[in-house]
Amino acid sequence: MKRMPWHIAVFLAPAVLIYSVFSAMPLLDTLRLGFFTTNDAGHYSFVGLANYSTILTDPAWSASFWNAMWNNCKFFVIHLLIQNPIGLLLATLLSLKNLKGARHYRTMIFLPTLLSVVIIGFIWQLILSPLWGVSEGLMGKIGLADYFAPWLGQESSALITLALISVWQFVGIPMMLIYAALLAVPEDIVEAAHVEGASAWRIFWEIKLPLILPTLGLVTILTFVGNFNAFDLIYSVKGAIAGPNYSTDILGTLFYRTFFGYQSQIGSPTMGAAVATLMFLVILAGVGTYFYFVQRKLTRYEL
Amino acid sequence: MRKHQKHKITKPLSAAGVHLMLGGYTLIALFPIILILINALKSRSGIFDDPLALPNAETFFLGGFEKVIAKSHFLTYFGNSLTVTLVSLALILLFGAMAAWALAEYKFRGNRLLALYMAIGIMVPIRLGTVSILELVVKLDLINTLTALVLVYTAQGLPLAIMILSEFIAQIPKELKEAARCDGVGEFKIFFQIILPLIRPAVATVAVFTMIPVWNDLWFPLILAPSEETQTVTLGVQQFIGQYVTDWNSVLASLSLAVIPVLIMYTIFSRQLIRGLTSGAVK
Repeated sequence: MKRMPWHIAVFLAPAVLIYSVFSAMPLLDTLRLGFFTTNDAGHYSFVGLANYSTILTDPAWSASFWNAMWNNCKFFVIHLLIQNPIGLLLATLLSLKNLKGARHYRTMIFLPTLLSVVIIGFIWQLILSPLWGVSEGLMGKIGLADYFAPWLGQESSALITLALISVWQFVGIPMMLIYAALLAVPEDIVEAAHVEGASAWRIFWEIKLPLILPTLGLVTILTFVGNFNAFDLIYSVKGAIAGPNYSTDILGTLFYRTFFGYQSQIGSPTMGAAVATLMFLVILAGVGTYFYFVQRKLTRYEL
Repeated sequence: MRKHQKHKITKPLSAAGVHLMLGGYTLIALFPIILILINALKSRSGIFDDPLALPNAETFFLGGFEKVIAKSHFLTYFGNSLTVTLVSLALILLFGAMAAWALAEYKFRGNRLLALYMAIGIMVPIRLGTVSILELVVKLDLINTLTALVLVYTAQGLPLAIMILSEFIAQIPKELKEAARCDGVGEFKIFFQIILPLIRPAVATVAVFTMIPVWNDLWFPLILAPSEETQTVTLGVQQFIGQYVTDWNSVLASLSLAVIPVLIMYTIFSRQLIRGLTSGAVK
């Protein structure tokens, strides 16, 4: 085999270097740090799986880890069950033939996706605030004022409310991806089915939907990675403590607290690294499942 | 080519239903943003007496903006965000295009493996490496500098840029490059003078995709550059609002100040962005 000509190396070097030094290596190094512990002087010593056994079994740690994990699962399931079906519905409506103003709807519905999660969090905090009374007032107009509650402040509803805020913000992404997939469905198949007398409803369920399944799979895995890596929204609305009483704590906020510490607990880089590694494993399991099962099975629908 | 016969949305009633649903959702999408913008222009009593009303002669008030601009370093934050975003973007696009060209054009040992290595970054969030990134940044003495943010964001943006740009480069006809090579044009000249201008539309798409998460990020500014002089808009707003929770005018004004630049960018680039989302980028 020939050695790599130098001009190829020059083309590749900057990208490979920056990516390796600031992304790939830190990631590997984080996985390594999870096996170490530090003393007060900052010296690292190898402890094997001790950090993990602490996180997963020590009652002081495992309760908050499993709580964050469980909350994160709920956060994801809410996105999956609400965000993606709404995205599918909007995309289907947008892709209807001869729909006037489709471009404007598309542009406007996508807008919130572009704003910072921090800003979105604060905006909704104001809207849901009983002090301002916007939500209560609006609900009152349709006779539902009695059902209003400070949802963000209650342990039972805070996480769901935050998840719905996030759904509101990001519904544009599944909408756009599914919309693009729907536009790519070959016209002649739909045409043929139409000529055969299939109803629009049947064409959607039996032709279009199976053809866009790979996109739905992609949307699901993107949602999964995004949700299990989320942090900004909870942090900006609820702070690092993810109140009330940790009811909105997810892996991202747990990672932050473990790494930097909070209140009386001192932050620990090695424990932080262990939490990050666990997050990495969760994401890897999701992505792995997607590639090995979902995508492989789904490609047979592709034409 | 056969001309497609277009079937209309069957009945006028169902067309109205479709508009009702899409219009309704559009309202839900825009309402919170509009609410913040109109109330930022009102006095405190205007905000509380009738939140849904537009500002009028009686309630119009710009005090919130004045206070925010006087009391916080909003202009500095904007400068920082702009610097970080533009420099990261330039590096991602240049280095990304170069690497994409090398991976798509030349066959060399380890080509596929290298492409896979770079692609991993699309799925694995760089945030998970934060513990080590912080150590590295401290070691390099880059803590509380915008350089640290630029390097991290460049690393974060490269994988997707390389993937999208390679796909575009692979579609460029062979004859073009072969002709240039026959004339003895060097590889660098081929890339910079022939290929780069050709892939400009793809570069624009990647630019819009890459810009948004960088501009909006909270995590890395919070960890790598939290000092007053290096704060970005997102972090600045986050901390400012934390301090002034009860001053509604300031809170609404600072939220608006953070939203408006994005609104302006979106009106300029929305076509590019949406074309990118609904075409090549998602294959």
